[in-house]
Amino acid sequence: MAPARVVIGIGNPACGDDGAGRLAARLLRGCVPPGVLVTEQDGEATALIECLRDAGSVWLIDAASSGAPVGSIRRVDCVRDDALPVKARASSHGFGVADAVSLARVLGVLPGLCTLYTIEGVAFNPGATMSAPVRRGVDAVVAIVAAELASA
Amino acid sequence: MARRTISVDVLARVEGEGALRLVIQDGKLRDAELRIFEPPRFFEAFLRGRSCLEVPDITARICGICPVAYQMSSVHAMEDALGIAITPPIRALRRLLYCGEWIESHALHMYMLHAPDFLGYDGAVEMAKDHPDIVRDGLALKKAGNEILHLLGGREIHPINVRVGGFYRVPTRREFGTLRDALERGREASLGTVKLVAGFDFPDLERDYEFVAVGHPDEYPFNEGHVVSNQGLDIPSQQYDAHFEEYHVRHSNALHSRHLGHGAYLTGPLARYSLNSSRLSPLALEAAKQAGLGPTCNNPFRSIVIRAVEMVYAFDEALRIIDAYDEPDRPFVDAPMRAGVGCAATEAPRGMLYHRYRLDPQGSVLEARIVPPTSQNQPSIENDLREFAPRWLDLPDDRLTHLCEQAIRNHDPCISCATHFLKLETVRT
Repeated sequence: MAPARVVIGIGNPACGDDGAGRLAARLLRGCVPPGVLVTEQDGEATALIECLRDAGSVWLIDAASSGAPVGSIRRVDCVRDDALPVKARASSHGFGVADAVSLARVLGVLPGLCTLYTIEGVAFNPGATMSAPVRRGVDAVVAIVAAELASA
Repeated sequence: MARRTISVDVLARVEGEGALRLVIQDGKLRDAELRIFEPPRFFEAFLRGRSCLEVPDITARICGICPVAYQMSSVHAMEDALGIAITPPIRALRRLLYCGEWIESHALHMYMLHAPDFLGYDGAVEMAKDHPDIVRDGLALKKAGNEILHLLGGREIHPINVRVGGFYRVPTRREFGTLRDALERGREASLGTVKLVAGFDFPDLERDYEFVAVGHPDEYPFNEGHVVSNQGLDIPSQQYDAHFEEYHVRHSNALHSRHLGHGAYLTGPLARYSLNSSRLSPLALEAAKQAGLGPTCNNPFRSIVIRAVEMVYAFDEALRIIDAYDEPDRPFVDAPMRAGVGCAATEAPRGMLYHRYRLDPQGSVLEARIVPPTSQNQPSIENDLREFAPRWLDLPDDRLTHLCEQAIRNHDPCISCATHFLKLETVRT
């Protein structure tokens, strides 16, 4: 049976701030209620759609590159909102998280609860280290998602 | 003087960041530039000093959609440098892994990136609203390819099971059982893909390309063979540097390539098919024939049909390998370290990928050279635009832009790969 609640950290840990989502997932593993699946993905859209298809409620965590202040956090209700933030080099073939969520919605496989948390990044080059504001943003998102999971 | 500028700041539905600029003066195309502004990746420099045993895992991270290609070119080049030969069962498993990558890469490109062009949609999401079954079929086919990568590569993205000499672990015959069922369904579905894309409307446009690909006397190429062309080239990969060179252009972060004495050339499905079509399986050959393909193809807009035929072949070949599977006694052959230089050219989904390494006596990398297919294809892509765009100049800018983007997407460029060490701007005057 597919897990009811899933947290998916998305990104590339080898590319600086793009590792924010994956780091958040690793930090959350130690503090989520039993039965919550915490997983990591590279952002490949079709694999993400498969994950969304099977879940009841999903929290997505990813870096963004939208021009907002570095380290700032944005929360998006993917079920209600059409405008999803994107990041540079979103994913292979430009088919990233935003497209995956939109496609899942159109195909009718988007979970009833799907929340995206993004952390604004600035350094996405291979080999870059995570910037300090993004690292603080990760901790903040971890606290928020852990609290939401505990109260759900 | 009437000067018109068409700019696409960021090319859609291509991997990585590229832009396009057309300069039109007095109704004539003066220039076309494919601009790669993605920062160079410096992987070649990053590999220096690393053990050759680490290189497959590091180079796999160059690309999220074709990591197997980087692993295959790197391990074959390392084995060339170290003077070792893999066993036939390991060779077969490497072909199987490549089948998985071709299936998932081709399925993604055909269904999510290229089909919207032919069906009149801005992207896969819009297409899915009217054609959800088409999109679901594409996702299922990609998933089938990913299952090969998961079983044999250890995971779908950046596989972790490939090593110099073979694999860290090989599957048992029993483990192939479930995979086999999925691949049989996929093979059937892929024949439907050929029918679907063969029915698209294709501009009647051809180019006189020099095609360059890996060529093998007995099989449709993945990992092994000579570097061949339709203009008489037939060389082992160790002679690549004597025949090809990379050079910098002002408008791109990605190096361009040329065949010395010849100029621009094309690698990828059109080249691979045109140079090797007789070595496809009977099923794939029949699918090609039913789709209206001859033994060669010079229309880049029909590349989607060739990708569909190659996907049929990949499913067919994967099943052949699984049915004949002879589990090796050991998952890898030993690779004693020694100094040396090694080269290899293998066929990534979007074309020939060349690696060259120089190792010290301990097997550490002294020099690395990686020439991706998209890098090699840039001049030909620009030449496509110089050839085709003049026929479209009377169209409104948005239609001209779309056709130019489609012309680029014909080649499924992987721009992130190409910047190893796309905005359409049209200037009309």
